[in-house]
Amino acid sequence: MSIVKDFTLACPLPISDYPTVTLAHGGGGKLMHQLIEKMILPAFKNDLLEARHDGAVFQLGGARLAFTTDSYVVNPLFFPGGDIGSLAINGTVNDLSMCGARPVYLSCGLILEEGLPMETLWAVVQSLKQAAETAGVQLVTGDTKVVDRGKGDGVFINTAGVGLIEHELTIAPSSVHPGDVILLSGDIGRHGIAIMAMRQGLEFESQIESDCAPLNGAVQALLSAKVEVHCLRDLTRGGLGTTLIEIAEATGFQITIDETRIPVRDDVSGACEVLGFDPLYLANEGRMIVFVPGNEVNRALDLLRTNKHTAGAVEIGRVSEQHGGLVKMKNRIGTTRIIDMLSGEQLPRIC
Amino acid sequence: MKYSSEYRDAGAAQGYAQEIRRITTKPWTIMEICGGQTHAIVKFGLDELLPKEIELVHGPGCPVCVTPLELIDKAVQIAQRKDVIFCSFGDMLRVPGSEVDLFGIKARGGDVRILYSPLDALKIAKENPTKQVVFFAVGFETTAPAHAMAVYQARQQGIKNFSVLVSHVLVPPAMEAILGSDSNRVQGFLAAGHVCAIMGYDEYIPIAARYKVPIVVTGFEPLDILQGIAMCVAQLEEGRYVVENQYTRAVPEGGNRAAQHYVKEVFCVVNRKWRGIGEIGASGLSLRPEYAEFDAELRFDVSGYTAEESPLCISGLIMQGQKKPHECSAFGKQCTPEKPLGAPMVSNEGACAAYYRYRRAELAAAGKV
Repeated sequence: MSIVKDFTLACPLPISDYPTVTLAHGGGGKLMHQLIEKMILPAFKNDLLEARHDGAVFQLGGARLAFTTDSYVVNPLFFPGGDIGSLAINGTVNDLSMCGARPVYLSCGLILEEGLPMETLWAVVQSLKQAAETAGVQLVTGDTKVVDRGKGDGVFINTAGVGLIEHELTIAPSSVHPGDVILLSGDIGRHGIAIMAMRQGLEFESQIESDCAPLNGAVQALLSAKVEVHCLRDLTRGGLGTTLIEIAEATGFQITIDETRIPVRDDVSGACEVLGFDPLYLANEGRMIVFVPGNEVNRALDLLRTNKHTAGAVEIGRVSEQHGGLVKMKNRIGTTRIIDMLSGEQLPRIC
Repeated sequence: MKYSSEYRDAGAAQGYAQEIRRITTKPWTIMEICGGQTHAIVKFGLDELLPKEIELVHGPGCPVCVTPLELIDKAVQIAQRKDVIFCSFGDMLRVPGSEVDLFGIKARGGDVRILYSPLDALKIAKENPTKQVVFFAVGFETTAPAHAMAVYQARQQGIKNFSVLVSHVLVPPAMEAILGSDSNRVQGFLAAGHVCAIMGYDEYIPIAARYKVPIVVTGFEPLDILQGIAMCVAQLEEGRYVVENQYTRAVPEGGNRAAQHYVKEVFCVVNRKWRGIGEIGASGLSLRPEYAEFDAELRFDVSGYTAEESPLCISGLIMQGQKKPHECSAFGKQCTPEKPLGAPMVSNEGACAAYYRYRRAELAAAGKV
């Protein structure tokens, strides 16, 4: 194969610390950010990608659009409160919503493992259908591939989505101003604990259900009421902590949050105590933070609280004048600590 | 949350801080033994509440941190074998060996699994009769009973494809090593509550008397730690040096007798190497000869292996309370949680990781790193 023989690397491999990909490269923490910054962004360099939003926002023809994609690999496929199907729809719907877009069309790529029971596939397809109907989007194109037994985890799904932006706001970290108030749409950490409990066979007194949900309804309610939304971000892998750090770093302003105001369900915080986890870094699949100016807080909270997926919305902190891009949290006992990004996934402690 | 939020009450914390300020007249250096306590102190900023006279230094009570390099290398050698399912607590996977950590072995195709209990490893052994299942039995007195129970049950049930790679260490000999050192600065101890929940606190009484140091058995919540410090300072100021128990809700004087029984049944006391510190006499546990068939070092013939630690890493000085993490020249530079030189930068309980996670920005702003 002459092509291979002639082929030379134009530049040395940008990430030399790790000769192989480790799970931490996908954990939503520092290693994943390094991978994106050092390898992915330079390779595809362009302005839309540089914005580093949940999706790309651009003008096409007469319309302002948002475009995004996400892949879903979850074990187990079905978990309390959701499954890979609802996750694949809601995740992409939420990414479009965080761009301030109204999600309209989704694509769906299914990568199936040889030997997957048809019944399981049918359940996933039904769930995709159901979640798409609930979110008010259509699956309009797709693809199916089958890989050898042992080369997939039953089902992997990729969805991409297009949404329409029907307002003049720029919803992005660049619009965040000192004095902005940060609203959190509900309690945190349930998805992370629900998955962990299933995967490790941990049993708690009550079943902890994932928070997996579409957020487009709540976002549309804010936008239709012309609330001056400055930034939206859904909390996924890295949790509330990582998301806040990303925004603080992008804006350069300091963010201060109050631990006592962050809702964590008792069963989730109990599980965290046992495992040595910090709920700030647990995954969520139906939670977002909303940055609004101080005079819009009450209106925004009232609107969010009328939507069942954001009924638990609360104010958790503020953006302050100081520079440095730090996130600080006022602890329960009255002291302050800095919230830092984790390297990879949280690991259960020994004792 | 019940049993947790009441120990994180802001008013009560201020009350204890005030009490400590009221009784403190001289500078005192107090060591918290356990890494769990170190993290609570740094995470909740408890040291900020203390008068400047009180210095907290961080002890060797992080099982991940004190496990010697050569044992990580042995784990790596065993875990990369095709016939092995290597099981471990999560923390151990990121600890650097000489060349690679256990996550690296997993990335290369090794069957490395994170478990919460060694008894789960027994189940895996039964389900995989053609594989060798090895559990990485690290930790202090806290984890020893569960490891002992797993080995005991393996023998009872005749499970032949199960073994443990043991690196158990004991707290009291480490305290004596610190107190006996010429450069010791520690004047009082907060003993590790969870260790004492298993072992009781009888064995600390002669240490307190011999070295004239107050020892307060202390829990892990902010109020536990503040109360433990208040009790310790009170003793120091009054010139007393006895063992007191702050953590009465979890620690009976005699500890957990049933747990101790199984530890004695399966393990015997041996000399152990501590990462960064060196060998300490009678400071660890090893399988008794009757249980030697479950010793992974023998089964996989790795017992003769030794390794040298990085000369840049000063974890030994940090764990003996002689240096603070940010006083290390590699801190935040050659040594970060992504690329750690030593285990204290890795673990949930490591002092360096605690400073890196919660204090790095402040230290940088103060020009200290």
